[in-house]
Amino acid sequence: MDVRRESEATPTKNRTGVERKSERELVVTRTVNAPARLVFEAWTKAELFRRWWVPKSYGLTLLSCEMDVRVGGQYRLVFRHEDSTMEFFGTYLEVTPHSRLVWTNEEGDNGKTITTVTFEENAGKTLLVVQDLYPSKEALDSGSTGAMPETLDQLDELLVSLGSSTETK
Amino acid sequence: MVQYRQTHFDASFGALSDATRRGVLEQLGRADASITALAERFHMTLTGMKKHVGVLEQAGLVSTEKVGRVRTCKLGLRGLEEEAAWIERYRQLWAARFDELDIVVEELKRKEKANGRKKRK
Repeated sequence: MDVRRESEATPTKNRTGVERKSERELVVTRTVNAPARLVFEAWTKAELFRRWWVPKSYGLTLLSCEMDVRVGGQYRLVFRHEDSTMEFFGTYLEVTPHSRLVWTNEEGDNGKTITTVTFEENAGKTLLVVQDLYPSKEALDSGSTGAMPETLDQLDELLVSLGSSTETK
Repeated sequence: MVQYRQTHFDASFGALSDATRRGVLEQLGRADASITALAERFHMTLTGMKKHVGVLEQAGLVSTEKVGRVRTCKLGLRGLEEEAAWIERYRQLWAARFDELDIVVEELKRKEKANGRKKRK
């Protein structure tokens, strides 16, 4: 999964690339067919951001989305999943219009994860690079931000579900 | 078949119930390693690590190969599938997000165009 290769957009549908760069670092890339200022707007205006951040297919309802996009400003997202609610919150560390956003994720127990998003415009298109830097390898593996699927716990769940399906046979 | 699968699941449960063995799987997810290196990494004796690797091997989570005097461990088929599946799920989340972002951005483009036309009038 080479970033440069993934970032070359196919004419019909843009590819999403994911690479585990190191023990603490995950990087996602995607090209959007629009100038950086519009893409940046969609990342920094709460009423736009809330329309795309939670994919419709994920069974999560975004109850509220507050974003004070300036250095030192806070954000807070509240989701409902079945009967419980989850909160994601943090602080914007860098806000450079149309090119760079950095924020912390402070809801985890294992320290802060730092998300850096860069917007690189080229010929009317924008290459998005989203880097999540976890406080430790363990935090990445255990998915402390809540947005991350858990590796081995999921394997456990898979085995449980497979195990119970064999019992019913 | 049912019997075989049940046995396999029991082995997997047992293999994953131990923190060191989960650690070994994570370690092998990054790179293959010899039993000696794993023993050092997890601060245990060679014999202790051999036992852990044996349990993981039986569960199909790890496979080992002896070259010369060194036994090298790598993720077994089940472990590899899980590592790939995890990254793939993460990719799918972002792909779904970005597909919705595309819709929002297209709308912004259309609005900007419409506004641009108005301004020129």
